[in-house]
Amino acid sequence: MTTTRRRFLQVSLLAGGGLALGISLPRPARAMGEGSSDGAEVTAFLRIHPDGRIVFVSPNIEMGQGIFTSHSMVIAEELDADLERFEARHSPVAAAYNNPLFGAMGTGGSTSTPAFWMPLRKAGAAARQMLLEAAAERWGVAAGELRTDRGRVIAPDGSTLEYGELAADAARQSALEEPPLKDPPDFRIIGRSTRRLEGPEKVTGEATFGIDLELPGMLTAVVARPPAFGAKSRGVRNETEVLAMPGVRRIKPISSGIAVLADSYWQAKQASDRLDVDWDDGDVELSSEGLLASYEALVASPGAVAEDHGEAEAQLSEGETIEATFHFPFLAHAPMEPLNATAHVRDGEAEVWAGTYLQTLDHFNIAQRLGLAPEKVQLHTVLAGGAFGRRANVASDFVIDAVEAAAGEGVPVKAVWTRENDIQGGMFRPVAVHRVAATLGEDGRPKAWHQRLATQSLMIGTPFEPFLVHDGIDHSSLEGATGMPYAIPHRRIELHTPETAVSGLWWRSVGHTHTGFVAEHFLDLLAHKAGQDPLDYRRKLLADGDPRQLGVLNLAAEKAGWGKRLPEGHAHGLALHKSFNSYVCQIFECSLAPDGTPIAHRVTCAVDVGLAINPWNIDQQVQGSVAYALTAALYGTIDIEAGRVRQSNFHDYPVLRMHEMPPVDVHIVPSAEPPTGIGEPGVPPVAPALANAKLALTGEPTTRLPFVDATWRV
Amino acid sequence: MPIELNVNGEQRTVDVDPQTPLLWVLRDALGLTGTKFGCGIAQCGACTVHVDGAARRACVTPVKYVAGKAITTIEGLGSPEALHPLQQAWLEADVVQCGYCQAGQLMSAAALLKEKPSPTDSDIDLAMSGNICRCGAYDRIRKAIKSTAAQSASAKQGEETRRTGL
Repeated sequence: MTTTRRRFLQVSLLAGGGLALGISLPRPARAMGEGSSDGAEVTAFLRIHPDGRIVFVSPNIEMGQGIFTSHSMVIAEELDADLERFEARHSPVAAAYNNPLFGAMGTGGSTSTPAFWMPLRKAGAAARQMLLEAAAERWGVAAGELRTDRGRVIAPDGSTLEYGELAADAARQSALEEPPLKDPPDFRIIGRSTRRLEGPEKVTGEATFGIDLELPGMLTAVVARPPAFGAKSRGVRNETEVLAMPGVRRIKPISSGIAVLADSYWQAKQASDRLDVDWDDGDVELSSEGLLASYEALVASPGAVAEDHGEAEAQLSEGETIEATFHFPFLAHAPMEPLNATAHVRDGEAEVWAGTYLQTLDHFNIAQRLGLAPEKVQLHTVLAGGAFGRRANVASDFVIDAVEAAAGEGVPVKAVWTRENDIQGGMFRPVAVHRVAATLGEDGRPKAWHQRLATQSLMIGTPFEPFLVHDGIDHSSLEGATGMPYAIPHRRIELHTPETAVSGLWWRSVGHTHTGFVAEHFLDLLAHKAGQDPLDYRRKLLADGDPRQLGVLNLAAEKAGWGKRLPEGHAHGLALHKSFNSYVCQIFECSLAPDGTPIAHRVTCAVDVGLAINPWNIDQQVQGSVAYALTAALYGTIDIEAGRVRQSNFHDYPVLRMHEMPPVDVHIVPSAEPPTGIGEPGVPPVAPALANAKLALTGEPTTRLPFVDATWRV
Repeated sequence: MPIELNVNGEQRTVDVDPQTPLLWVLRDALGLTGTKFGCGIAQCGACTVHVDGAARRACVTPVKYVAGKAITTIEGLGSPEALHPLQQAWLEADVVQCGYCQAGQLMSAAALLKEKPSPTDSDIDLAMSGNICRCGAYDRIRKAIKSTAAQSASAKQGEETRRTGL
């Protein structure tokens, strides 16, 4: 047992006399970032108040993925509490809340469930034991004679004590390191579809997102940003005129552009629009088409070898090969709530509110930018109106906007991005090009598969580099291309990692957004060439593989009625992809629009996420992933010309709307395996399933996304 | 110049530039932050409110045009103690994910049901396609609208039965 193990559970009394139970998580050898204040002794995951309220203090941000609810379910299960009495709130920044898979606070990579599942079960179970001990003392009986039921301790004679009544005494008990856990067959909360805890405040408009924050004396900042990548300001030509506009308080250059501070958003926006900034031209050579062309040239030559089984190149030099090159555009995340953060910098300290979720790093970045000791900085995580990766970045870009705008002001400043700032501001899913060549054996199955891809690294130069980049190979670029589940004897995967002037960022499912497409669409092209049914083809290639792959494949095929007669002009397209240790198979029933764009009529999904904690939430996340990925597959592209982004708002960066949303059925494979995440894994199969439906209807491959040509929109 | 507004049944006076979009008057001047900013160009529907009962995008509605008209925001649709039937249906269907667009979705849905108490799927498509949900909650939104319509139809039927004895 290590020291961290022994210190697993720490107990303290809340000011109000309740029970606070915190967990000290074992830290990975390489901690990420610095500057977290060690608050384990005074903070907690679980607080039981004398009035019976139970507050779950969440280490993960709630951004729509339902983690407040599913984590509360896990704790309530082992605590044997009533979930109705639960509320959830975000934790402060402290090491006690570190994501054990990151060694720092953070949400992402669909890790919240697998990372916190056991720690939260143990927290709930330990607290239950302490409540039992407290009741045993009160009644003068042995704890072993007592039982619990939904928030009460019950004595053999039938007397009861509510958890709230026992909380203060329970806090004085010592916590078991390895409390007894429930047997999964006894679960009554885990596995039951549960409505989200914060639903009521979200339907009444009462929920406070970052953008809704209102503090006394607060100013709002809107930043005039460079119109092109690499453009720098040479000055503002009309500062006096703009300063005289109503409500305008300050104009100041910050790292991201020229900030205008005013009494209200509209005044700041009007003033920032009026600013006449003398920008230089920036990187006029930069264009997305140019990048794609240069990447296409790159994949003609060998790259760093990430996977090499057998002798793929030798096999390909003999006999007929099938080849294709795939192009993927830049994508913006475009969460519904425009990026924003609020900062109050005064008297050598700072307080910041943001829907951000690499908080240890954000906290460090804020302190460093202000030249403050970490303990002088407080960062509050607030509800985020969607994120999809955008609100977590190692530069803390939108947080630093607020911090820099507020520095020297003495009053709180809320920095709000316009939608145009968001669409044009970089941090995109990067462009990528893949070139694949394969040969088929006599049985028609792939014998050799040789894939080269070029895309910029998301991890090099970040604190994640030691975990994800080895020998110059960023495994987040390749995930989903390496480790294919199919029995292909000769496989070689190579990577080129060009640098660009465009900032890249993880976008819901990261590398899988393009690797999943190539793997699953190219496989269908091979099946098509071999004249074999895509479902049968996969079944054969998985026969000796991971049974969970076959499990979702077979369940989706059965539920969709693969092979049944469909209406004239309709076809099924399927795709199967494992990401973040969750397995998803999707079957799209599609027809084609006159321009060849696939129209989805019905989507059948099968998922294996291990033990399903909240089936409704899984259903929501998969439906949402289909909508998100369908948007990208049909319409998503950020085009850069002469250093400038052509798109600017939802009129030319469209989002799937109600009338375009197909019905999506989600089927969950029953499983007792440890639970895995589902925020992202529903995304990767969508585009290849569409492309495979189109292939079935036309025989034509899809080598470029999005399906809809964007040029008509400009 | 002071402008007289009727918001959620209350008279309010604001002193703002008359060109200011209603959205920012609600949020910044009146503190009614349930109405959301999403795009600023009437493309996403997050700012939807009712003006004299009809759905309007507050982000492109200069406040001077709504002086004296009845403005309803999400805060006036229902309260936590007395939810609007649509809010109740939203909770029952577990519609929301991030929840940011939902005030706008609810206001569009409420305007739809006022005009068409029993909407068809294409009525729902037409009324709701101005509201983007980036979390993709469309299927549940549709179900919640339909269940509200069905309940109100059966309640009406019940009332009719009680009244006429038939």
